[in-house]
Amino acid sequence: MKGSGPITRRGFIGGTLLAGFGGKAFAQGFAGLGESADGFASVVPGRTFAFPADHGPHPEFRIEWWYVTANLADANGVAYGAQWTLFRQAIAAGGPQEGWANQQIWMGHAAVTRADTHRVSQTFARGGVGQAGVDAKPFHAWIDSWEMRGLDPVNDDNIAPLQLKASGSDFSYALRLGAERPLVLQGDGGYSRKSLREQASYYYSQPHYKATGILTIDDKAVDVTGMAWLDREWSSQPLASDQSGWDWLSLHFNSGDKLMLYRMRQTDGQHYGSGKWIAPDGKTELLASADITMTPLAFTEIEKRKIPTTWRIAIPRRALSIECTPLNARSWMGTSFPYWEGPISFAGSHAGLGYLEMTGY
Amino acid sequence: MKRALWTLAVLLSHWRRHPMQLATLLIGLISATALWSGVQALNQQARSSYDRAAATFGGTRTAMLVARSGASFPQQLFVDLRRAGWPVSPVLEGRIQIEGRSFRLLGIEPVTLPAEVGNAPTVGKADLQSFMTPPGAMLVAPETLSDLKLAEGARPEANGGALLPPLRVQPNLVPGVLVVDIGIAQSLLKMPDQLSRLLIGKTAGRHAPLESIAGDVLRLVEPDAETDLERLTDSFHLNLTAFGFLSFFVGLFIVNSAIGLAFEQRLPVLRTLRACGVSARMLNAVLVLELVSLALIAGLMGLVCGYFIADALLPDVAASLRGLYGAQIPGHLTLKPQWWFAGVAISVLGALAAAAASLTKALRLPLLATAQPFAWQQAQRRWLTYQSALALAAFAAAACFLRFGDSLISGFAVLAALMLGAALILPMFLEFMLSLGQRYARAPVSVWFWADSRQQLSGLSLALMALLLALSVNVGVSTMVESFSRTFLVWLDGRLAADVYVNAANDAQADEIRAWLRERPEVEAVLPGARADTQLAGAPIEVLGLPDHATYRDNWPLLQSTENAWIKLRPGNAALVSEQLARRLHLSVGDRIEVPASGGNWPLDVVGIYADYGNPKGQIAVNFAALTRRFPEIPLTRMGLRVAPDKIPTLISALQEKFALGDRNVADQATMKAESTRIFNRTFAVTAALNAFTLGVAGVALLTSLLTLANSRLPQLAPLWAMGITRRRLAVIELLKTMSVALITTIFALPLGLLVAWCLLAIVNVKAFGWRLPFHVFPTQLLWLTGVAMAAALAAAALPVIRLARMQPASLIRIFANER
Repeated sequence: MKGSGPITRRGFIGGTLLAGFGGKAFAQGFAGLGESADGFASVVPGRTFAFPADHGPHPEFRIEWWYVTANLADANGVAYGAQWTLFRQAIAAGGPQEGWANQQIWMGHAAVTRADTHRVSQTFARGGVGQAGVDAKPFHAWIDSWEMRGLDPVNDDNIAPLQLKASGSDFSYALRLGAERPLVLQGDGGYSRKSLREQASYYYSQPHYKATGILTIDDKAVDVTGMAWLDREWSSQPLASDQSGWDWLSLHFNSGDKLMLYRMRQTDGQHYGSGKWIAPDGKTELLASADITMTPLAFTEIEKRKIPTTWRIAIPRRALSIECTPLNARSWMGTSFPYWEGPISFAGSHAGLGYLEMTGY
Repeated sequence: MKRALWTLAVLLSHWRRHPMQLATLLIGLISATALWSGVQALNQQARSSYDRAAATFGGTRTAMLVARSGASFPQQLFVDLRRAGWPVSPVLEGRIQIEGRSFRLLGIEPVTLPAEVGNAPTVGKADLQSFMTPPGAMLVAPETLSDLKLAEGARPEANGGALLPPLRVQPNLVPGVLVVDIGIAQSLLKMPDQLSRLLIGKTAGRHAPLESIAGDVLRLVEPDAETDLERLTDSFHLNLTAFGFLSFFVGLFIVNSAIGLAFEQRLPVLRTLRACGVSARMLNAVLVLELVSLALIAGLMGLVCGYFIADALLPDVAASLRGLYGAQIPGHLTLKPQWWFAGVAISVLGALAAAAASLTKALRLPLLATAQPFAWQQAQRRWLTYQSALALAAFAAAACFLRFGDSLISGFAVLAALMLGAALILPMFLEFMLSLGQRYARAPVSVWFWADSRQQLSGLSLALMALLLALSVNVGVSTMVESFSRTFLVWLDGRLAADVYVNAANDAQADEIRAWLRERPEVEAVLPGARADTQLAGAPIEVLGLPDHATYRDNWPLLQSTENAWIKLRPGNAALVSEQLARRLHLSVGDRIEVPASGGNWPLDVVGIYADYGNPKGQIAVNFAALTRRFPEIPLTRMGLRVAPDKIPTLISALQEKFALGDRNVADQATMKAESTRIFNRTFAVTAALNAFTLGVAGVALLTSLLTLANSRLPQLAPLWAMGITRRRLAVIELLKTMSVALITTIFALPLGLLVAWCLLAIVNVKAFGWRLPFHVFPTQLLWLTGVAMAAALAAAALPVIRLARMQPASLIRIFANER
């Protein structure tokens, strides 16, 4: 899969999901998918979001995900990270079919991270029969025994409280996510551009979760608390043909501010960046490519790839200059198609915790 | 180094002067390697196709969940289990007919299919999409594609009119299987939301106990390293291996005598070389080098021959395995590199083993020639006693295996021990017969005749043992085959009692056909037939419905039964059981079985046992009406017709024309019988071919032994010649001697062969196939085999005898020269 072409922000675009089955065949078949989205709905500016309906799936679009990352700590202050992801991909356009004829394929990724270990699990499902799916009301997203379920009474504007569960052969977790503040539309009113051309997605987040629960590694359970971040994104053509991958960050400042940042790496070196600053009072500020400088400081070699695991980030407009270090530099998602995703901490002009995701290396 | 090369050159020059000897040595090695590796190639081919079958989406290599009832179960259980953390993947299996031929249809779910499910087809990205979305794709083995005579991408039509997904070749699939997406399979088989089994992936994880999710509907089937097919076909492969081994053994006899002869003739050269300063160690090293090089060359040639033998036998082997066990073997031989390596290795090892005695002798070769040890008689006596003791031990082992063994392997062990014992005791037996002859001989020449024959024993005994083994196996196998074909034909007559067999495409057509047949005056009776599949004691069985009609009562052959078994069948609470099933489940008349049926378990009293030769599945026969009550969903498309014999052809062509039935769907009794007989004859074609090969190899062994002996026996013959017996007469005496020991061996082989036949029929067949055939002796066949053996002996003896008759007197005189 290495060098097989573009991999999107969430490491998931039409075809990528199927990489596990296809090997080389997928690389050619997939390369074209970045450009066209025949039969699928397009992402256009000015959409009006409606909840809880938009918490549910949008099968007229090719790809979609429900993505939670959590920065956690136990009573002794030992830091942990947890990731829960449900991806949806349509293998054919058209209205959803009943039963096995359904065109949706679902993929789940779950991980827990500690400074000394990183555990990963993945699973696949077909839509239409009940093995995986998402209901908007009452909110429930599931694949196999993993689930993200709205706890009664769920507030649709906060998408909280939630029960979050996943398990692998050597880890499991069960977290309760609560939030008092409303969710945040990313980009321009939820329209998130991914290049100077028309590549874009619909994107909203809930960055304000407080998390409590139990995390188990090798049958040793610990009580944990911390912060979590939910991303909801869907699109049909989220990546330009000259984009090779993606570096993405979600940051929780000690001050209560939140920051989402990403950089689409282009083969011509002109990376396309974007971000959103979310102040404690709820005010948001869209950051443009020119506002953001992201510089790799140190690399970790994993599976013969050089991964930039330490970063300097500068946003002069907000007087921000920080250095991000990973909790575990080997937070490698060795799934059907691999990427790096793990908890980080940062210090400098500002301090706090966050999550870093890097694809396409 | 230079010295070694020179020594090698000197030794090799021998072969230039004796090309026949070189040929014999090579023939021995080639035939040993060829038959052995040929058989190995066949076994390997079959095993790899069993592996393919086992790995086909939940063969026995994968743990799985199946319904306790053996039937299908609701798909919701799959979802419930997944939601509870079970890493399961659904499979639906059924049968589908294309142009009258039945195929196994497997519906799989590629997204959840465990990665470790053997060599499951890789569904590539584009492939995955086209596999799952309409019209889907149907994966088939290349063999199936050519069977269907269709091109990749074609869309065959199923019987019943459904258009199937486009065909796509998947090279590692097993032939006869069609693989489609689970959703497509459910609609083709008309089983919406139903599954046959759930494959369990190896990903460990927490999951709730099975009972808490599926109640008692499902049960866990643990993976099995050995496949059902492997178990079933073990006997067949053991059989082949035994033949291969026997031929290898006999081939080594040839090598042994050829090397012995060469060594004997090269003694003066070896002595001269030693005297010239070549050390014993180097001499031996060079001898080994020479032998290994020859073995390598012969081994490679043997492998090529083995390949051709295997290739020639493969269609018959494949037919046998299909006929006997339903195993599908592709018709093209593919060989792994290990096969080539193993073949060459066995050739080298065999040659070294066969040459061991000669090599040891060379190592201990005294520098100065000493007198030949003439204390042969003493040596021979010791050797005879020693061998006979071994023979007795082998017989005792055979008796133990017979008494305590209860498996196929022990059956073969009885055979092996018996034959080994007989081979070992043969020299003693010959010695006894010859000394008997000597005692009654009066004339000096005839006394010499017997005494000299005895003296020859130690040299000939290996070849005679080979002849004995080959002959007795021949007698045994041909007796078994003959018994089988006789029993089978009688049985087939009873079993195929109706005159015409019809299989309609569906129930509606069957009704039309029945209505049409009622109008035809020549049709005396229409006998409905039906078959249901279920499970008994964990294995699939067939339930056959027999109408209550005189045709069956009068003709259906029963091995055992209660009184009025057919009348007891009528109410539907009794069954006849096939012999295989009865043996496997230890059932006898009067027992009761519970058969899972659609509406619950069906208790049945066993009122009779019938032979069901050639059916790999267990079978029970019940009343037709009772079967349709218990299994209401089975198609009622089969019928047998009683028709006046002279009206059969016109009726068949009328049926074919009126209802567009193919040859597969309407057939008369004679055609069915011919077809069955043809399949069964092929079953033993391989055995017969190997049999002939083995006998041929034994003949060559005898020839080479005689050639070896002829050379070393001149010192015994020259004095007789000097005393006035002509070379001609000497030649006749030599011929008579060879023929008489061969005859004694053959006579010994006949009862041994019958014993082998008995073992095959009463032990090996019962374990391997589940049926026991009556034991018959066929005297004309025995006579014929005796004739063949004598002809082989005559052919083998001819060359040395002619040589003796034409020998230059100078050669005989030279015996008396002192520089010998």
